[in-house]
Parts: sequence; structure tokens; C-alpha cells
Amino acid sequence: MSKSLKTLSDDLWKNRVEKVNSELFTLTYGSLVAQLCRDLNYNYAEVNAHLEKMGYNIGLRLVEEFFAQTNLGRCQTFRETAEVVAKVGFRMFLNVVPQVVGVDEKQFSLVLDENPLAEFVELPDDGKAFKELWYSNVLVGVLKGALEMVQLEVNAFFVSDVLRGDDTTELKVKLVQVLKDEIPVGED
Amino acid sequence: MSYYFAMIGTKDNPIYELEIGTYKQSGDGTPKFPTEMKELNPFIVHSALDIVEEVQWKNNQLYLKTIDSFYGYQVSAYVTPGNVKFMLLHDVKAEESIRQFFIEINDLYVKMLLSPFYNFNESIKSGSFDMRVRLLAKKYL
Repeated sequence: MSKSLKTLSDDLWKNRVEKVNSELFTLTYGSLVAQLCRDLNYNYAEVNAHLEKMGYNIGLRLVEEFFAQTNLGRCQTFRETAEVVAKVGFRMFLNVVPQVVGVDEKQFSLVLDENPLAEFVELPDDGKAFKELWYSNVLVGVLKGALEMVQLEVNAFFVSDVLRGDDTTELKVKLVQVLKDEIPVGED
Repeated sequence: MSYYFAMIGTKDNPIYELEIGTYKQSGDGTPKFPTEMKELNPFIVHSALDIVEEVQWKNNQLYLKTIDSFYGYQVSAYVTPGNVKFMLLHDVKAEESIRQFFIEINDLYVKMLLSPFYNFNESIKSGSFDMRVRLLAKKYL
């Protein structure tokens, strides 16, 4: 399974997806976060929430693109979901493959060795950014949004970030429940 | 051998400064400026800015070499394309190593500028920047 996922994502990356200059991408996201911080008066809890909301809206759309390009079927287990998210999803949109650790049927962690969003970034040293801001929180939202569209309600959050001085950048995803198939999202 | 390094923004505002000694010839990296000189360092560098502004239009190099001197101390300058000036006050002539030092500092500075939370002309408070500058000073000066 994992072998074929790799060939699939290699092929996708080479032939199918549109690419953009990484510095443009990094700087665009960077100015977005910096502007959010200014607009919200450096209330980082709110900045995190906004980033997550943005990511959520991205995720809802991105998952369609994902399926259109990959033709992957439904995952049988949550473990498989973790593999697909890391090896195909992240590869396709960010060209990085995070390590999947601590997998079981209810949760998994993604450890990002490189984070294209956070290149060049140094958090402001105002004493609280290091404790409160999750700079790449948009990813949390993307995962939530995308997985919700495939009937997986998850709770995702960062547990560590190299920007804060941690050793690794780790994103934890916990399965809350498998949503019922019949109810379309947002139609309750 | 002692050095005083300063980065000057486009509005003649200092954005970073560092006093450092050499590690060469069994130096330990502490600056050995005489006390009366220590207080004068920023002034000497500041007064040299006028000369930088004159010289920078006369050639198209970024590294302007030694542009001013003050009782045996020399001031070397480097102007980035964005008109931020790197100034180095030193007591020994070492054109080539200072040139390399400036070029690498410029690389560091560009990386700093790419950080979304750093604003142009703002003073640089980042600890990692400071550490890297010290490493470069150790390597080249």
C-alpha cells in the first residue's frame, strides 16, 4: 500500500499539480499571519482561531481537488487515513512528507521535518508569541475541513513547533466521530 | 584587535550594533577598545556616514572599503542595494576578510528581512541573528 502511495504522489507531483515559487508562497503566508497579528492587536489566541477558520475553508475545497487528482477510494481504517494524508495530501500540496507517529484507531501525529510555511520566520519576541501563537495553524484547519468532508470529524492541534524553540513540529489529529453518511455538511 | 560593527537604516537610524574582539592570535573575542575610545565609537561611525553617502555614488561596488580613519582606527563600509549601511570600525587593515564578512552579513540580513515579523528599518533584536553575526565575526575578523 505505502509503496503505491509513494509512486502515486510522485507522479502527481511531477505531472499533475501546478507549482508556485516557494518564496512567494512563504512570504504570502507570512505577511498574512503578520497582518492578522496586527489587525487583532497581537491577541494570539484569536489569530490562531482565525488561521484555523481560514484553513477550514481551504480544506473543504481542497479535498475535492484532492479526489479529482488522485482517484483514491475510501480509506478503510483511520490508520490508512493517516498514511494518505501524510504521503499524498501533504506531498501534493506542500511537497513535504511528514512522519506519521503514534498511530492508532483514534489518533495520529504528523511530525513535520520541514515546514514550507515557516521558512525564514522568527516569531516576535514580545514574550507571548512563543507561548501562544501557532504560526502554521492554518494546517490544523485544513485537516479539519478536509477530513470533515470525508465524514471524519477530527480534533486537530499543534503540540510543538520548532519556531517556538521545540525540537520538532508536531501536529496531532484525534478522531472525534465518524459522521453519518446521509447528512450533507452544513445542512442540519 | 577590536571591532565595532553597526548597521544603519535608511533614515540614519542604527538597527544593530556589536562590539567584538578578534579570536585570531589567541584573542578571546572580547573587544579591547581604550575606555575613552569606547564612548566615541558610535560617533566616529556616525560621522563617517556622510562620507559613505558621497562615496557610494562614485563607484558601483557594494563594498566601499576603508572610507574614513580616526587616530589609527579605520572605518570600512558596505551599502546594501536597499541602502542599509554596514559600518565596521577596526584597527587593523584587512580588506579581503572584511569584504567576506560584509557579504555574509548581507546574506543574514536578507534572511532577516524575509521574516514576516521583522519590519524594514526596525532595530534587530533577534538573538539568533546576534549569535550568527558573532559566529561570522569569529570566522572572518
